[in-house]
Amino acid sequence: MNNAMELNYLSIKEALNGLKSKAFSAVELTQACLKQIKLWDKKIGAFLTVDEDQALKSAKKTDALIHESTDIFDAKPLLGIPMGVKDLFSTIDLKTTAGSKIIEDYVPPFDATVIRKYKDAGAIVLGKTNEDAWGHGSSGENSDFGPTRNPYNLERVPGGSSSGSGAAVASGECLFATGTDTGSSVRLPAAFCNLVGLKPTYGRVSRYGVIAMASSFDTIGHMTHTVYDNAKVLEITAGNDPLDATSSPLGVPKYISSLGEQIKGLRIGIPREYFVEGIDLRIKDLTMKAVGVLEKLGAEVKQISLPHTDVAMACYYILVPAEVSSNLARFDGIRYGGLREMFGAEAKRRIMLGTYTLSSGYYDAYYLKAAKVRRLIKEDFENAFSSVDVIIAPSSPTLPFKIGEKANDPLQMYLSDIFLCPINIAGVPSLNVPCGFIEGLPVGMQIIGPHFKEELLYKVGYKFEQETEFYKMKPKL
Amino acid sequence: MAKKILSKEEVLHLAKLANIILTEDEVVLYQTQLSNIIGYVEKLNSITTENIEPVAQLTELINVSRDDETSDEQSLSQNEALQNTQATKEGYIKVKAVFDE
Repeated sequence: MNNAMELNYLSIKEALNGLKSKAFSAVELTQACLKQIKLWDKKIGAFLTVDEDQALKSAKKTDALIHESTDIFDAKPLLGIPMGVKDLFSTIDLKTTAGSKIIEDYVPPFDATVIRKYKDAGAIVLGKTNEDAWGHGSSGENSDFGPTRNPYNLERVPGGSSSGSGAAVASGECLFATGTDTGSSVRLPAAFCNLVGLKPTYGRVSRYGVIAMASSFDTIGHMTHTVYDNAKVLEITAGNDPLDATSSPLGVPKYISSLGEQIKGLRIGIPREYFVEGIDLRIKDLTMKAVGVLEKLGAEVKQISLPHTDVAMACYYILVPAEVSSNLARFDGIRYGGLREMFGAEAKRRIMLGTYTLSSGYYDAYYLKAAKVRRLIKEDFENAFSSVDVIIAPSSPTLPFKIGEKANDPLQMYLSDIFLCPINIAGVPSLNVPCGFIEGLPVGMQIIGPHFKEELLYKVGYKFEQETEFYKMKPKL
Repeated sequence: MAKKILSKEEVLHLAKLANIILTEDEVVLYQTQLSNIIGYVEKLNSITTENIEPVAQLTELINVSRDDETSDEQSLSQNEALQNTQATKEGYIKVKAVFDE
């Protein structure tokens, strides 16, 4: 007998089993999530738009399909699973705001490629989740529509920019949610909200229809409770898209088939530059304890160096605002959206910074220089992977901070991404997995791998997760 | 290392290039904040990059092209394309006049 209050905390795997065995219906599952949203979202602020009518319609159709034959689950691997969609993703006929007042009434006439893939796989879109406007932010405080709060402690940030997605999954408002990761934005909310969050390799997942932030950095990811769920979702989203010329032509492995494989002899690299001053020592200890768990499971651990780590943020904050300023030029208030004066402070800051570094006389000194340093940072990772299989590092130097704590110092805010940004500079994939709690607040660690080796991240993450089971923790709402 | 502070004129010039209107207070605020960030990113000057190729395409894809054909999948109807436009007339987007009468 399933208490309706618990259905919304099921993993995707459990939910699919329950739907297949008809322990509960798709309508009941969707209703459980919608009920949780009604109960908690005023306090948490995870959703900007909830499409209750359409969600229930889809759930009813789903139940009809399941009634006909449970073989339908082969064709639709996410059938009946309620999901949240970050408001940066175009969803046809469903308002898409990017967290910004400029396009607060914008209704896309098309679906992003990944949204089409999610719908084809049978997932049920509950609504659009809150975010730092345009993806600019690491905390969830930069939304034009009010901040999102961390379900584990409502006085603290859930991490950003996919803040609403992180908070929504953690609080049982949906079973998984989409995110984008340009410099932190899936991994940090995943770390702050006790979730498994994937930043895929650049080009692994199509960016078509996702409002662009920095076109050579943006990646399309997702957050789930468990590693299995996360791997299953990537099987849906990954793949070449003729509508995205930067998407990889590589085939998509069956990511769930590597789960459970042994990690004996796997070489783990710990970057010495990531464990220096500024990191909360308790996080350092917890991360090393987690690495110890992997060692016990047979992995070999060695220290490595990523020598250009100390200039990664500077590199990032030249290249990304430059690409941002270019991508936001399309918001001209003519074809769609409001006037450019309506841009929030962070967006304006990045646009002007980008304009500065791209302007005549400065391009060589800043943008071109940063693009060269980018190659050095990318090579740091490639060199490291010649002697180790994966790299493990903390996802954040601090615990989830208090709302308002960093708001007045943009540079301080930027530095919360210090362990996360280099990964986007290099384009490599990284998986955040929960690795414990400090003061009741979630802590996450990144498992970083070579380009297009997500199956390796999942293999390691799965072994760790099965040993530690942090996904069983829920926020005390 | 002397920190360069952007002048008001420089900030206003950037705003013009970026087609953004700033308030008096915003100009002052951005003078400081932008200068701080620019000061920080000048760290890159300490790195030697002679003979280093800049990264243009992260995953080394080359010449990704498609056939020069229209596709229904990628096309919007006129109505769809204009559905979010505030000012339209007879299927056109209305903009401010560029030329005087």
